Formats: sequence, C-alpha cells, structure tokens
Amino acid sequence: MDSTIIYTVAAIAILASLGLAVFRALAGPTVFDRALAANAVGNGAIMLLAVVGFLAGRPEFLDIGILYALLNIIATLAVLKFFRYGDLGHAGEEPVD
Amino acid sequence: MQDQLLTLISWMFLALGSFFYLVGALGLFRMPDVFTRMHATSVSDTLGVGFLITGMAIDAGWSLNTARLVIILAFLFFSGPIATHALAQAALHAGVKPALSDDRLKKARRISATRRAAGGGRDKSTTGTGTRKRTTRKSKSTSSGKGRARPSKR
Repeated sequence: MDSTIIYTVAAIAILASLGLAVFRALAGPTVFDRALAANAVGNGAIMLLAVVGFLAGRPEFLDIGILYALLNIIATLAVLKFFRYGDLGHAGEEPVD
Repeated sequence: MQDQLLTLISWMFLALGSFFYLVGALGLFRMPDVFTRMHATSVSDTLGVGFLITGMAIDAGWSLNTARLVIILAFLFFSGPIATHALAQAALHAGVKPALSDDRLKKARRISATRRAAGGGRDKSTTGTGTRKRTTRKSKSTSSGKGRARPSKR
C-alpha cells in the first residue's frame, strides 16, 4: 500500500489548523490569545515538518522538528515574561511573606 | 500480512491524529475566551500530536527515526502543559477574567426579565440577592488586559 495518501491528508489537516491558528493570532483580543496562537503555530510547524519529512521520504526533517520544539517553549515563556515584567532581564517578584 | 496490518494501524493512527489536530484548531478558532481556547488547544497538543507521532513511529518501525519521534513526543508532552500553565497564570495575573460564567448569568437574567415582562411572574424567586451581590463584587475590579499590572499583595 502506498502511504502517500494518508500523509497528504495529515499534512492538509495540519495546514488547515495552522490557518485557523494564524487567524487567531491576527484577531486575538488580548496578547495572551496571540501568544497561545503562536504556540499552536509552533506545534503545527513541528508536526508539519515531521509529516512532510515522511511524505517526501526524508525523515531527517525530524531533527529540525526537535530544534523547533526546543525553540518554541523558550519563545513562549520569553514572550510571557516580557509582557508581564516589561523586561526580559527582570529578576522576578520578591517573595510574598 | 503483518506488514499490511501494521500499515493499517498506522493509517488509523494518522487519521485519528489529523482529526484531533483539526478539532483542537477549530476550538482555538471558535471558543469565546482565552482560557477556553487554552482548553481547546490542549486537545491538539496531546491527542493530535500523540496519535500522529504514534502513527509515524509505527510506519517507521524500529529505527533512528522512531527514536527522534519519541524524543519529540516526550518533549511536547512536557512543554505543552508548562506553556499552558504559564499562559493561564499570566492571563489571570494581568486581570483577564474568565468571561463565561458572567455571560451565562447575564443571559439567564435577561431571559427571566423578558419572561417577567411578558407577564409570567413565576420565576421571581430564582433571581435572589445572592447572585446579585456576587456579580457586583466581581465586576468591581477592572481588568486591564494589557499584561503590565503589578502583583497585588496577598
């Protein structure tokens, strides 16, 4: 059986969900909607890399997927910290007694 | 025979993963609130990614690619809840309120008001003072929504 078809279906589904997430990133009312949508776009990019790697017969794309997964969580946490403190070098809150 | 069975299982996992991924993205598109959107996105972060990667790993067999897929899956399983937790905490800290309960309360009050205006008068006892007191206390603190609010002393 040729497994190109199911990988194409999966790629189309991931592309559609990427489109929905990009719409939410553009139209989100608060900054947290945009950060959530950016996180979803990053996850979609990882899965699209994996699926397209298997579709094209080049599974080396999975390494790039691992790299994107490492970057994605750091980017989300950095954006959240920036919008909470206004400064990426902030030391955090003082402990509340 | 066994190859065909494995291919069939892999197809099933990939189709399920695509379905759940699309469902999660649809929730991200349709839900009314930040918190409900996070709730919807967790579907595609766990079920969609899990089924897709399991399908690809079954297709790849025992190889280096399966190890890479398992690494991606393990990392996403840890990073997804961490990102969602940080997002929810930051949104609550900035004063974003979960809007759903207030909206439902308003809708119920509007329905009962129109019913009373229509001449029913039957459900007057359901709109007691307890709910009204709670909503005034809840709507007193204004939400900035910009994310720059200072932490309040607890």
